[in-house]
Amino acid sequence: MAIRTEPVTVNLGPQHPSTHGVFRLRVTFDGEVILDVEPIFGYLHRGSEKLAEERTYIQVITLTDRLDYVSSMLNNQAYVMACEKLMELVVPERAMYLRVIAAELQRIASHLMATGFLINDLGAFVTPLMYCFRERERILDLFEMLCGARITLSYMRPGGVFQDAPEEFWPALARFVNEMPHYIDEYEQLLTGNEILVARTRGVAVITPEQALNASVTGPILRSTGYSWDLRKDDPYEVYDRCDFDIPLGEHGDNYDRYLVRIEEMRQSLRIIQQCAEQIMPGPIKADVSALLRPPPGDAYGRIEASKGELGFYLVSDGGITPYRFKIRSPSFINLTLLREMLIGWKLADMIVTLGGIDLNMGEVDR
Amino acid sequence: MIRLMPGEELGHHLQTAISEAVDGWDGIDLWVRPDAVLDTCRYVREAPDLQFNLLNAISAVDYVDHFELVYHLTSTVHHHSAVLKVRLFGREEPSVASVIDVWQGADFQEREIWDLMGINFTGHHNMKRIMLWEGFEGHPLRRDYLEAPR
Repeated sequence: MAIRTEPVTVNLGPQHPSTHGVFRLRVTFDGEVILDVEPIFGYLHRGSEKLAEERTYIQVITLTDRLDYVSSMLNNQAYVMACEKLMELVVPERAMYLRVIAAELQRIASHLMATGFLINDLGAFVTPLMYCFRERERILDLFEMLCGARITLSYMRPGGVFQDAPEEFWPALARFVNEMPHYIDEYEQLLTGNEILVARTRGVAVITPEQALNASVTGPILRSTGYSWDLRKDDPYEVYDRCDFDIPLGEHGDNYDRYLVRIEEMRQSLRIIQQCAEQIMPGPIKADVSALLRPPPGDAYGRIEASKGELGFYLVSDGGITPYRFKIRSPSFINLTLLREMLIGWKLADMIVTLGGIDLNMGEVDR
Repeated sequence: MIRLMPGEELGHHLQTAISEAVDGWDGIDLWVRPDAVLDTCRYVREAPDLQFNLLNAISAVDYVDHFELVYHLTSTVHHHSAVLKVRLFGREEPSVASVIDVWQGADFQEREIWDLMGINFTGHHNMKRIMLWEGFEGHPLRRDYLEAPR
């Protein structure tokens, strides 16, 4: 017998553990089924764009660290590339290689977090997450060798990087690149064929490539629909055109494919790192620029393929020592445009998994 | 590689299709008249040899005597990109047509611009603050915004 139910509106968050930060969803349920979703942002809004207007170009790097705080290297890279575009700087080759190595390590670290938390949200509490954190720690150790910091790195500078990698970095990197594929095999052995994971994520929150593109959704979510769009391949920057790698694609655009795409992207990142470590040559690591940058008046939009999608910085200079306008195009924020399409019609439990599958980072959403 | 389509090239293209939409161009950017934004965006998305199907970003800049909206567009089909700009004069309630019907990706970005820069997008179904709370006064990213005394 069908039970008559009435729609109920529930606030999920702002401090729900599955939201990975402070994020609130106002959800209308019919029983367990989602009728409507309204995301409410802003709990972590720090006004980064306004703060940048009274900081010098170098000081702004520290603000970018705190956007997506699990992928600082990628944020640094996007920002310094926008500065370089504005100033028409030529970056030494060794610096570009160091930047790509650091960025790809960060991509692996970010995807490890995404995978770990997805499984965490599925109810496999903490154990798989700790497996992922074990390898992430090793990446953070490598970062510590590079720049002395582990999370808020500020490693890159307009025109290069701020210091060369020390001697002990290279053997440690080689060891990591050698061992990491076995760890990824281990995750796959534990997770990829796991009946619970497949049952809970296969066919859930499906989107089409047309929907994704129209909503400016990029990164692993777009590629999980089977649409090949990766700026590293489609608009190669730094030294990506000298590396041989594939763009992993999904087929169905569901949560399971998002998970698979991230796993495969980690393997491809390792390939890139290995090739860069072979190709890198001694040389200068920073272009000859003053510490107090004064870009000529004008504007520039620099973008990269970050771990969550297209990360862009739009900079306007009036010739002074601080940016006149500093605008962040953050992938996590714009990827949430499709949240309603992904969630409506699914159940509460699927919503938690979908939030894990989207891989959102509130530092970047609220800025 | 993604080729940047210079404002000049796109401008010539648009002039034949939509008369009086173009407001000027240089080697990179193309300026569009505020009242022609929606038509222009629809055209550059649909025209077979343009097909700008990905809206990368909408940015707003306050140049004190006017606001400027910057649309970064990319075609994943033809691998080219373009920069459309719109100048809005007047500081009281500047307003422009929303492009949410052309690209859904404009949804949160336009709300953010309304919230922080105070530019109203007509035709947006949910034009309200997104980062700050309802009842907040002013638009912080404007150059003349003054913080409360500390």
